[in-house]
Amino acid sequence: MSWAAILALAAGTYAMKAAGPVLLGARPLPARLVGVVALLPAAVFAALVVVDTFGENGELMLDARAAGVGAAAVAAWRDAPFLVVVGVAMAVTALVRALPGA
Amino acid sequence: MRQAIAMAVAVGAVGIAFGALAADGGLSLAKALALSGLVYGGSAQLAALGVAVEGGSGGASVAAGLLLSARNVAFGVALAALLPRRLGRRLAASQLVIDQSAAAALAQPRRDRAWRAFWLTGLWVLALWLAGTAAGWALTGAIDIETYGIDAAIPALFLALLAPRMRNPAEAATALAGGAIALALVPFTAPGIPILAASAGVVAGLVVARRRTRA
Repeated sequence: MSWAAILALAAGTYAMKAAGPVLLGARPLPARLVGVVALLPAAVFAALVVVDTFGENGELMLDARAAGVGAAAVAAWRDAPFLVVVGVAMAVTALVRALPGA
Repeated sequence: MRQAIAMAVAVGAVGIAFGALAADGGLSLAKALALSGLVYGGSAQLAALGVAVEGGSGGASVAAGLLLSARNVAFGVALAALLPRRLGRRLAASQLVIDQSAAAALAQPRRDRAWRAFWLTGLWVLALWLAGTAAGWALTGAIDIETYGIDAAIPALFLALLAPRMRNPAEAATALAGGAIALALVPFTAPGIPILAASAGVVAGLVVARRRTRA
């Protein structure tokens, strides 16, 4: 990442954080906009899971990461703590890579 | 105070992962710390880094990060009534708006306690987030990313952030639609575009939410 990108992201994020406290005061956002903003993280998180698991230089790939993230999905579904989910993904991915012939 | 520190420790551990991934992605320590201190939004930083590491342009990387920062608008509006009235303090407090500080403040019934919970959580999490980033960055040279499966940590981080949202039917529909859009676009578009396009998945969530309020 370039410094320009880092500073642009910092400025944009700060503007979003400060918009409510500074500009709107106690007035509420339009209900429709609140609904969209509340749903955005789910869409973006899901996309990042998919792209970081199956994407590799603009191609789709099925490799050890898929096994690790699949195991992590089971852990997350069983309400495992945050760090356990991440640990399971790393451990299973490492294990699959360590298998002979992999 | 105890709750603020507990949250900060958990976030600090994620900071180690962020620092390691930043170093692996070729970022200098100064850049990694600038992201953690100036942007100060874990998921936004990870998203921007993820796009950049996949070879996305600076613009795509910033846009992906900003999509995840967008929820801070809602937090800011919810917090507006709880923050001090002076503009200078509001400007300073705004930088501390993150998932954890917003949740801690909004959980308090009284205004003075909410403000205290907000800045205690915001500052403790910031301190350990920066410390974790630096530690993770420093550790990276010593460990091999692929051997230890560290490259699987980023999707797992997002999976862990996504999991509690899957209980809400509108958010689950949004996630499924967003994931499908991203998967379909990976082979055909520049890196970063699938993630931005996935935001259209919100439409599926809005449809589900509307049906449920009618039913």
